[in-house]
Amino acid sequence: MTTGATHQAIEAIFRIERARLIAGLARLVRNIDRAEELAQDALVIALSEWPRTGVPANPGAWLMTTAKRRAIDAIRRDKMRDRKHEEIARELDGAFDSAADGIETAMDDDLGDELLGLIFTACHPVLSAEARAALTLRVIGGLTTDEIARAFLSSEATIAQRIVRAKKTIGKAGLSFEVPRGAERAARLSSVLEVIYLIFNEGYAATAGDDLVRPDLCREAQRLGRMLAGLMPRDAEVFGLLALMEIQASRLAARAGPDGALVPLTEQDRARWDQLLIRRGFDALASADALGGDGPYAMQAALAACHARARSPADTDWPRIAALYDRLRAVAPSPVVDLNRAIAHSMAFGPEAGLRLVDEIADAATLRNYAPLPAARGDFLFRAGRLAEARAEFQAAATLTRNARERAFLLARADACERGGEFRPGNSPAG
Amino acid sequence: MRVVVFVKATEDSEKGILPTAELLEAMGRYNEELVKAGIMLAGAGLKPTTQAKRIAFDGPGRTVIDGPFAETRELVAGFWLWEVKDMDEAVAWVKRCPNPMPGPSEIEIRPFYEMADLAQILTPETAREKLGAA
Repeated sequence: MTTGATHQAIEAIFRIERARLIAGLARLVRNIDRAEELAQDALVIALSEWPRTGVPANPGAWLMTTAKRRAIDAIRRDKMRDRKHEEIARELDGAFDSAADGIETAMDDDLGDELLGLIFTACHPVLSAEARAALTLRVIGGLTTDEIARAFLSSEATIAQRIVRAKKTIGKAGLSFEVPRGAERAARLSSVLEVIYLIFNEGYAATAGDDLVRPDLCREAQRLGRMLAGLMPRDAEVFGLLALMEIQASRLAARAGPDGALVPLTEQDRARWDQLLIRRGFDALASADALGGDGPYAMQAALAACHARARSPADTDWPRIAALYDRLRAVAPSPVVDLNRAIAHSMAFGPEAGLRLVDEIADAATLRNYAPLPAARGDFLFRAGRLAEARAEFQAAATLTRNARERAFLLARADACERGGEFRPGNSPAG
Repeated sequence: MRVVVFVKATEDSEKGILPTAELLEAMGRYNEELVKAGIMLAGAGLKPTTQAKRIAFDGPGRTVIDGPFAETRELVAGFWLWEVKDMDEAVAWVKRCPNPMPGPSEIEIRPFYEMADLAQILTPETAREKLGAA
């Protein structure tokens, strides 16, 4: 493209550059709103100039230079108005020259770092998990508030307000938009990974609404995960999370039946699993392993990989999965892991083993209203031939779930108990 | 959306002339950009069609045809698989690709069929089967 660039093409370039532009500008002006405005200003200038001049060789650098020049001009105007000292003007001229000189050379080296700094800031623990997710989708993913609202089944006003508040909180906390170092880095990274996985899960295991999965949200989370792996090639858990998402996403098409109902893992048509994503998941898992990864994400990815490797449910290496859950329980203890461990043990060693483990955790407060617990218990009882008890559990699970599709699945299982168990045994173990 | 991006063959690529060190380096940087943007799923360069085979189908007949194949401009010399938001984004990325060949060349972007595209012509069950078999 040289001359006659259309607005559509320029906007496509802008969308590619947007997150990096905002990242670089936010570090300069310490304000996400202002950074977004400056980026938008640069787009407006590009829209008026590029159709005439052609797209510059490095459009990202052009947009950044243009936006930074405006930022520095504005700072200078403010300062001049406040204190009319020529000294300040000279000082700022110097700052501008070095900024302008530096930009081209810094483009390749620092932009990754600046983008990472913005990701770390948007995912700062000072914000609630929901605020982090919304802000990350907005400034990094480039989604509109309307798109985010639809993804989270929320109103546009709610999401817009959530983003405004998040930006204010960041401003008040005086965050630096830098990548944290040292001990803080690890803690902050886990906050970033948590946000990306939250976004993924909202798409993969839609907690509310009529649709079982929202693939767009999964794709967005995968894109963020891939981006992060490109920016942080030495962090095992980054690859662990990426591997986990790629392998789980490989089952998206097989996970919802033609009527939209949940198809449990053991009953999915494995020919419909996305082999490209499985292979990418294995590659990412290998990278995590090579980096010494034994964190919770790498371990969950290893679990998911066990299923991906099995050509049929009968080929599943359940003893290995049970052993992985034993280890996962040690690094990331949670009632949900305990429940999945019980499911894995039931598959490896029989329904009684599952019942034994599930009864140990049945009193955990966090699991009291957790539909998967009675669902799993119902499955163990069903497989042990205790149909009346199984039916009660499936019914209890059906009243607890907020997902309409899942409810239908559980009620069908309850009905099957009444008919003497003609429902094919199966469950939906995690992974 | 998923797209496959075909680098079309040229006489040079069909002769098996390997890219220069400079081009390899430039492509390496470009690939790194694609990875960092989170859009790259897979990609590879392909050997010339002197090493290719075609299988012609006609009813029950299966005839194997050895390369090289004549219609150079229609042949493929390499490909990427990308996950992008739309065709505009794919086009913007392709424009950033270094010249893939020493002389004039072409790159072609082809979007994947997705479930939604087939929903109009197929019942959900058959769409499932068709996509599953693909």
